[in-house]
Amino acid sequence: MLKTQILIPLSILFIWLILAILGPWLPLDPNHIILPNILQSPSLEEYLGYDDLGRPILDRLIMGARTSFFVSFWVIFVSLTVGTLLGALSAWFGGYIDLIFVRIMDIFLAFPGILLAIALSAIMGPGIENVVFALSVVGWVGFARITRAQTLSLKRREHVIAAIALGAQTPRILRYHIIPLLLAPIIIEATFGIAGVVIAEAGLSFLGLGVQPPAASWGSMIRDGSSYMLIAPHMVLAPGLTLLLVVLSVNILGDKLRDLLDVKNHQS
Amino acid sequence: MLSFLFSRLLSTLTVVFGVVTLIFLLIHIVPGDPIQAMLGETATPTDMESLRHALGLDQSLWTQWWLYMTNLLQGDLGTSLYSKEPIVDMLIERLPATLELAFAGLLVAILLAFPLGSIAALRKDSIYDNSAMMFSLLGVSIPNFWLGPMLILLFSLTLGWFPVSGREGALSLVLPAITLGTALAAMLARMVRATLLEILNEDYIRTARAKGLRESAIIIHHALRNASLPIITILGLQLGTLLGGAVITEIIFAWPGIGQLTIESIERRDYPLVQACILVISLSYVLVNTFTDILYAWLDPRVRYSA
Repeated sequence: MLKTQILIPLSILFIWLILAILGPWLPLDPNHIILPNILQSPSLEEYLGYDDLGRPILDRLIMGARTSFFVSFWVIFVSLTVGTLLGALSAWFGGYIDLIFVRIMDIFLAFPGILLAIALSAIMGPGIENVVFALSVVGWVGFARITRAQTLSLKRREHVIAAIALGAQTPRILRYHIIPLLLAPIIIEATFGIAGVVIAEAGLSFLGLGVQPPAASWGSMIRDGSSYMLIAPHMVLAPGLTLLLVVLSVNILGDKLRDLLDVKNHQS
Repeated sequence: MLSFLFSRLLSTLTVVFGVVTLIFLLIHIVPGDPIQAMLGETATPTDMESLRHALGLDQSLWTQWWLYMTNLLQGDLGTSLYSKEPIVDMLIERLPATLELAFAGLLVAILLAFPLGSIAALRKDSIYDNSAMMFSLLGVSIPNFWLGPMLILLFSLTLGWFPVSGREGALSLVLPAITLGTALAAMLARMVRATLLEILNEDYIRTARAKGLRESAIIIHHALRNASLPIITILGLQLGTLLGGAVITEIIFAWPGIGQLTIESIERRDYPLVQACILVISLSYVLVNTFTDILYAWLDPRVRYSA
């Protein structure tokens, strides 16, 4: 039971990941306009059909997956690195540094949800790099908050005190005695973070603030599709269901991972 | 309670100060010349200079910041570049629609989450529990910018029960409220379930059962009442997601609120208006959170003594 619950979402993600990575080498024509095929419905020969400009939807979905995974990877990479480092250092040094750092985190947390990302991408202009930047500015705080809280309690543990007593330097203590113990919560945060970033990137593109045409994003495909819902529902169904499946898979895996890694709760 | 109030308000003030400063700085990260971006390629140098002067962008950063802060304290957010109206008036005109939508979304979330979460906790591992948790997983995974169009397709275009868009009458509020509230409902249902499961193991629940109280009285008066405290905190924090989601929901349903104004002003490169919209939404969130904290402390004496 547990195995199928993990295997299905894992294989869905794996297939999309492979498609996204292999995208440029697959025989795809995401921007090729075939006028007679405009708004054509899905069929066995035509796969997922065509959009309002006569472009093949399956090919655009795969290119959209590239956009989505590219953004997720970089946003999580940047937020995780910056957030974890700052959070651990702040908790380690404590005192005024920590006090100021907590205030800075509070200020970033005061922006509701996707709003700061909307503001940043609006002002910096559309484009995939700006999306990565905007979402990282929003994303690092989550990692910093978890790392800080965990480090605060870890730095009073006996093995850390022993390391200090033995004269170990700060970088060494952080590297060998603190960060390895932070891995579990950080991995869980990163997993749910991916789900969040995938939705956020699509959301920005839905608002016209993400990647620019003709580049494909699931979000802009949903926006374009919602104008043709009555005559060509496949245009909004295909990217929407894909997005839902991918995010659902990530969330299910996150849940299972949390159950698996949360060893402490089971012992106590 | 007084010292708690004082320290809480002080930290709110520093956060507000930081948020305002960050939003003030936004216009300075525009790549290239913000004046050029606002007026477009065809602007004459005279136009550009007069706008630069009008916005105060020809002064030093400190002077600009000081002007922004003092104007803000006097309730002056400047004028819109596009409509030339005072921004404060535009915001006041749009605010009721956004508040209405946010409250309706919150209501949907609460009305869905409490029954679902309670049933799931009371019938743990049953088919009810599994379906409630499946709904919750779907609810957090479904993007509102897809749920909205799907609801329109089904309930407006096919069944004709609700208007497709706009804000006219109570019926027009239904679909936007569901679109906005679903994600929060899903998250909240999980919280209610987890909190109730913990509480149902407490001694006072066993005592209530031993006294022979009806199960419904135990759940409503003993369990849910105690569960409401942690849930209020989560609710306050998650309101941010709700307010952020309102921007997208307003775009889907052409709902004439601040979110729609934000996106319109972005498309018109009306940066002062963009700044003001972001400011209003963020400050509302900060205020709601401060209020939640104070409410929490008022409800639970342990919080105000430990602070």
